[in-house]
Amino acid sequence: MSLTPQEVEHIAKLARLELTDEQKTRYREQLSAILDYVAKLQELDTADVPPTAGGSVSQMPLRADEPRPSLSLDELLANASQKQDGQFKIPPVFE
Amino acid sequence: MPNQYEPVIGLEVHAEMQTRSKMFCSCAVVDNTVAEPNIAVCPVCAGMPGTLPVVNQRAVEYALRVALALGCEVNYTSIFARKNYFYPDLPKGYQISQYETPLAVNGQLTIKTSQGEKIIRVRRVHLEEDTGKLTHIDNGSLVDLNRAGVPLLEIVSEPDMRSVEEAKAYAEALREILRYLEVNSGDMEKGVIRFESNVSVRAAGTEEFNTRVEIKNLNSFRALERASAFEIERQSKVLAAGGTIEQETLGWNDVSEKTYSQRSKEDAHDYRYFPEPDLPLLVIEKDWVEQIRASLPELPRAKFQRFVKEYGLTEYAAGVLVAERAVADYFEAALKAKKVSAKSVANWIVGDLFAVANQAGETAANSQVQPEALAELVELVDGGVINQTTGKDVLIEMYQTGKPAGEIVEAKGLKQVSDVDFISKIVGETLAENPKEAASYKAGKTAVVNFLFGQAMKKAAGKANPTVVKAELERQLGL
Repeated sequence: MSLTPQEVEHIAKLARLELTDEQKTRYREQLSAILDYVAKLQELDTADVPPTAGGSVSQMPLRADEPRPSLSLDELLANASQKQDGQFKIPPVFE
Repeated sequence: MPNQYEPVIGLEVHAEMQTRSKMFCSCAVVDNTVAEPNIAVCPVCAGMPGTLPVVNQRAVEYALRVALALGCEVNYTSIFARKNYFYPDLPKGYQISQYETPLAVNGQLTIKTSQGEKIIRVRRVHLEEDTGKLTHIDNGSLVDLNRAGVPLLEIVSEPDMRSVEEAKAYAEALREILRYLEVNSGDMEKGVIRFESNVSVRAAGTEEFNTRVEIKNLNSFRALERASAFEIERQSKVLAAGGTIEQETLGWNDVSEKTYSQRSKEDAHDYRYFPEPDLPLLVIEKDWVEQIRASLPELPRAKFQRFVKEYGLTEYAAGVLVAERAVADYFEAALKAKKVSAKSVANWIVGDLFAVANQAGETAANSQVQPEALAELVELVDGGVINQTTGKDVLIEMYQTGKPAGEIVEAKGLKQVSDVDFISKIVGETLAENPKEAASYKAGKTAVVNFLFGQAMKKAAGKANPTVVKAELERQLGL
């Protein structure tokens, strides 16, 4: 199963990655190989196996609705490259 | 053109579930219109690596309340999924939502419009988390994550609405139910409910669905109405001119009152949904669902029907009372306090109590005047102890002083006088003082009786029983 160059570009765009032509070729090969490997799973007959959604715990423990202290502003913003007025500052966002 | 095209509208409603803590972490849910930025943020809702989400039980309970109130089928096992996209208000780079197998499906909501009642089907109800808030400044944007991770319920209708009026009625009915269920304040200004309107139009009388557009982030009923109406008009014109509608995502500009394109189909979001690996299946016990079902309050539509049937109220009065659960409760508490006419109590609440409370910037239900106190006032008026006009003044005084009606009437000597001798004397004097009017009445100008009645009432300082005055006036004039 081989990915098209356009598919590789689309995936890169979704992941916000800018790839060189050389990388596109390389990742196309690698991603295709990964898909081929995973595709082996398709060979299994799972008709009688109920679908599952991840996790080793079969049932989810729920949490009581009780607020607990959050991070201090200093802790929260400690690693922010830019901050202003107690908020993360980021490059301008336009719709 | 007006009736050549029929609109087809489906709504997605996002409602915050106003729990105490967030959906997947224990940070407090704060009112983000007043809280200082970033005071309720932890490594989980900030999307720090190595953290794990844990589901808030009450958020699930609230969501189930809504699902059951809408008559949905609950999926006893549902799945959380990752919805992947990049936007700075989404710290993890994905939103935990539900995709395949949502919490509940196949519900319905009955709406009321000028055309009567109509059932709007609800396709699905699922739980997810809210995003943070961006503030755009000159040279960048600021990110406040207080809202990030607040439980959010998405309620998706089928495209069953055929007019803007129906869309608005659906949105309003849903808000009313959310408030009745006490899962959401319904405070639109605070952005706790948001709409997305999916609009297409088709030739009237046809059944197939045409290409639709999505109008995102509508924060008020007005925006919902205006934006949907704008799109219907725009699409009708395009089709009438032989054009085609592009599938796209639109925003709504509240100022210019126009929709604008945010995304076309070519770069439509590719969310790459997949089951959330950090969360096991959400398994819900049947017993829990039944417990919640049994604890649901009487819902607005049922209450409305009961008020009309049981108390003989007009649809108008019943509608106004039922719009707020607290007001409906107030009404019934007043009836419980004293044996008074339900219609009278309803009229007093919908009319004067609303007006007085409104003026004081309060709501009728949490006003100074308790239901028992209002019932006493109604008893005094209906029993003829004071007249209607005096009653209105007494209510204002009750509101200001918190004193009971009886005490005010007593202290101010407001009791209505029905004593025939007293009234007969007043009427006699009135006629003697206004000989011209009395004469013209006898000459056939009967309308002048209203003037004479007013004079007599004034003479009695408003305390005379108007029915007795009227009768006496007619008796003396008719001689």
